[in-house]
Amino acid sequence: MTAVAVEAGPQASSLRHRLAERGVDSTLLLIAPATVFILLLFIYPFLYGLGLSFQPKEGGIGLGSYRRFFADAYEVGTIWKTMRLALPAAFFNVIASVPIAMKLRGRFRGKRLLSTMLVIPISLGTVLTAEGLLNFAGRAGWINRFLMAIHLVDRDHPLALVNNYWGVLFSLIITGVPFAFLLISSYLSGIDPSLEKAAAIMGADWRKRFSKIILPLLAPGLATTFMLTFVLAFSVFPSATLVGDPAGSTRVISLAAYQAYAEDFDYSSASAIAILMGLIELIVLALVMGWRSTLYRGSTGGKG
Amino acid sequence: MSTPRTAFESLRLEHIGRSFGGHQALVDLNLTIARGEFIALLGPSGCGKSTALNCLAGLLPLTTGQILIDGKRVDTLPPEKRGFGMVFQNYALFPHMSVAKNVSFGLQMQNVPKEELRARVAEAVAMVKLTDYAARLPGQLSGGQQQRVAIARAIVTAPRLVLMDEPLSNLDAKLRLDMRGEIRRIHQTLGLTTVYVTHDQEEALSMADRLVVLREGRVQQVGRPEELHSGPVNWHVADFMGYRNLLDLRAVQVRGNDVHLSGAGVELMGLAAQPVRAGDLVKVGVRPDDFKVVGPDAAGFDATVEVVEYHGRDFAIDARTAGGQVVHLLSEQALAPGSSIRVAASPSRVLVYQTDLEPAQEAAA
Amino acid sequence: MSNVVSAPPAPARPRRQIVATPSQWLVWGAVIIFLIMLAGVIVSVLVNSFGSAWFNSWLPEAFTTKWYSTAWKEFSLGPVITVTLVVALSVIIISVLLGVPASYILARRQFPGKKILYGLFMLPVLMPPITYGIPLATTLYRVNLAETLPGVIAANLVPAVPFVIMTMTPFIEQINPSIESAARMCGAKTGSIFTRVLAPLLVPGILASAVLVLVRTVGMFELTYLTAGPDSTTLVVKLYYAMNSAGIRAQQSVDAMAVVYMVSMLVILVVALRFVNPTQLVARVRDETLD
Repeated sequence: MTAVAVEAGPQASSLRHRLAERGVDSTLLLIAPATVFILLLFIYPFLYGLGLSFQPKEGGIGLGSYRRFFADAYEVGTIWKTMRLALPAAFFNVIASVPIAMKLRGRFRGKRLLSTMLVIPISLGTVLTAEGLLNFAGRAGWINRFLMAIHLVDRDHPLALVNNYWGVLFSLIITGVPFAFLLISSYLSGIDPSLEKAAAIMGADWRKRFSKIILPLLAPGLATTFMLTFVLAFSVFPSATLVGDPAGSTRVISLAAYQAYAEDFDYSSASAIAILMGLIELIVLALVMGWRSTLYRGSTGGKG
Repeated sequence: MSTPRTAFESLRLEHIGRSFGGHQALVDLNLTIARGEFIALLGPSGCGKSTALNCLAGLLPLTTGQILIDGKRVDTLPPEKRGFGMVFQNYALFPHMSVAKNVSFGLQMQNVPKEELRARVAEAVAMVKLTDYAARLPGQLSGGQQQRVAIARAIVTAPRLVLMDEPLSNLDAKLRLDMRGEIRRIHQTLGLTTVYVTHDQEEALSMADRLVVLREGRVQQVGRPEELHSGPVNWHVADFMGYRNLLDLRAVQVRGNDVHLSGAGVELMGLAAQPVRAGDLVKVGVRPDDFKVVGPDAAGFDATVEVVEYHGRDFAIDARTAGGQVVHLLSEQALAPGSSIRVAASPSRVLVYQTDLEPAQEAAA
Repeated sequence: MSNVVSAPPAPARPRRQIVATPSQWLVWGAVIIFLIMLAGVIVSVLVNSFGSAWFNSWLPEAFTTKWYSTAWKEFSLGPVITVTLVVALSVIIISVLLGVPASYILARRQFPGKKILYGLFMLPVLMPPITYGIPLATTLYRVNLAETLPGVIAANLVPAVPFVIMTMTPFIEQINPSIESAARMCGAKTGSIFTRVLAPLLVPGILASAVLVLVRTVGMFELTYLTAGPDSTTLVVKLYYAMNSAGIRAQQSVDAMAVVYMVSMLVILVVALRFVNPTQLVARVRDETLD
């Protein structure tokens, strides 16, 4: 761009003109700092990591780090363990949020308070939720105490709700449901309420109205919500160690990557696992997006 | 404010053109505007009229051509140095400034002394009858009031040229009529040279001293309102000037300018507005009020009434000929749908055009 | 509206009902269970942090505030909170400075490669932080920035800049572009258009995205965990370390730190909700992003 500006003569001015017609001129430089930043701190490290992943610890260049990951059942198992947590959590968060969001549509007293309360776990984050769950759902926690008091659980065998698969799943649900609820609510508010009235006047009952009008218009939003909660659940890290069973059932892939990085100092393997992790996530996202592209995605008649 | 300080004798547009990445939005616009003139750029959406206005304002760089004020080039100047005022379609008021602040913005940019600034703002606000609203924010005003603020903001600096981009298109019908009068009044009081863009032929005809009709980026016709109204140069302009009947007929016989037309059950005598030859397929423009219902024995053609609409003083009739051609006409008496009528028109009010729009063909070549 | 939707299928019955339908019971029941869980999680931390000893009973035997002073000393919370604030404020300022001009271009201009660039900006938001955090930390170690304050700030900027772009681009889009043209026609140069017209209009958007970046940065665990050293640890990472070394420290003092973290988050949240819609705390990914 600068080169063009410096050149003189009719040739240069016509090139500048043609570039300007396509929207290229010096004000575009405003975007340069952010672009340089992303290239330097995101793309470059990513490519560096990619390169590193092909330089296994034992030397040379090759697929050694990937081969080692796939040869070790304990390592490969992390993919399955991550999916076993992330997929049910993401599905549950979306499916549970839809009826709640439907009921809580429109204005009512206390809505602001309710949405504030729902936002709390998002801002508290996974670490604090884990700490709370350890106290609340632990062996001597209030949940078990309550279950014992009503004689649902034997005094000597309290329910094991934390330090296992369920603890992590609970923590994913506590932080994920509000997230999904808020997103779905905003998508719902984008659907013009008169569409539903129109369907009611044409004789559709609430089931039909939901399945024929709301659901098709909401589906792309549900897909987006699913993807975003999946990303959250997929990258589960602190809760997997704190309320899970980090050596066993909740040794998720991010933990494997972290251990390779911080405990084994095997940067090549760590990068390889991180790359695989990104790849697996992209595959799931691509599948959801592929499904979403088959849906109606135009205007939903309401406010954006 | 009464006389623009930097008024010009003439503003010339020479071969103005603008493309957007290969698409020609405006091609070879030539126009000379005299001081105090009110020019309307008229055309359907996408015809290049707003492009022309934005090029004139300097908001869009020109691809070709130049703009001269009294022989001096201004197209190289950025918009803020041209000394023009502009009224935008969606008002474009500064939402965080009061009416008075909006109006004074342009004067502040010129570093006008405080006392003078206050007086001129008050004068402009009074001109658009908003004195009582000077302290309000734009969001607290109705659409019509916002448009008045926009006008006051554009005229307060006494610009040498005022540009208006479909200023009335967001208003309802009644308000539009009121504001039309208002803009005309302000123009006549201040004598500000104005270029006004619209797609509404009635608005253009009633306000402008001269009209420029555009189509696909090309000028079709330039002229005074009465010239355009009675003598459109091609069927596209005729379409825009209220010739609702544009019939595809065949020129059976041509004698001088008189053309005998026939087709789809329609028989007419017309006047050639463009050269046509016998045997040509032609476009025939007739205004609804020029079609007359005549007695069964008079010369004309037969049609059956299909739709009747009451229009206050008279009735708008859609009638269909035996050949399937629908014609629109006005009638003073109510006709029953289904009844047969005989329709005729004075040959001087039947304008015959070539089917092809020549300038558009050039564009394709 | 919700009443209409929840009306039972039988057409003969009146639409508006005083008695809640089973489906309403179910939904409200779920909401209440969720809120009880949430309250339990928060209150149990709170109670424990004030408890002197708590074994096998509903509530601790006595209450004390000593765990707070213990935690303050043991975990050196003063410096940790300072670091957290320095990191958060630096991230806010830098991400706004980088992100707002970029959003302006993305909102206002069409240019070749715009879609690709927008996708590039959104990638860090869609990727798990660990995925790019590990290569990023490795790179930062190579340039000797890891375990330093600038390193932690740089790492936290990676998701923050896209987040500012994500919130500011729609915000700028909804500002009518002809307002800028109007200012120009009034004789304003680029400088005064920015200071007198655009800046006042952008303030609410910048405030909203700053608050969102604050919430996210203070809560960001993974990136800080991967890049921070002993002197550049933020509160959430310190909390994680303390929890992981449970048994060495008294559980109550860990909970006291958790309460400090919780209170600071809630204060930020209360401030945040004055400026932003709760939905924005979650995401404002425009649909085109994911195409």
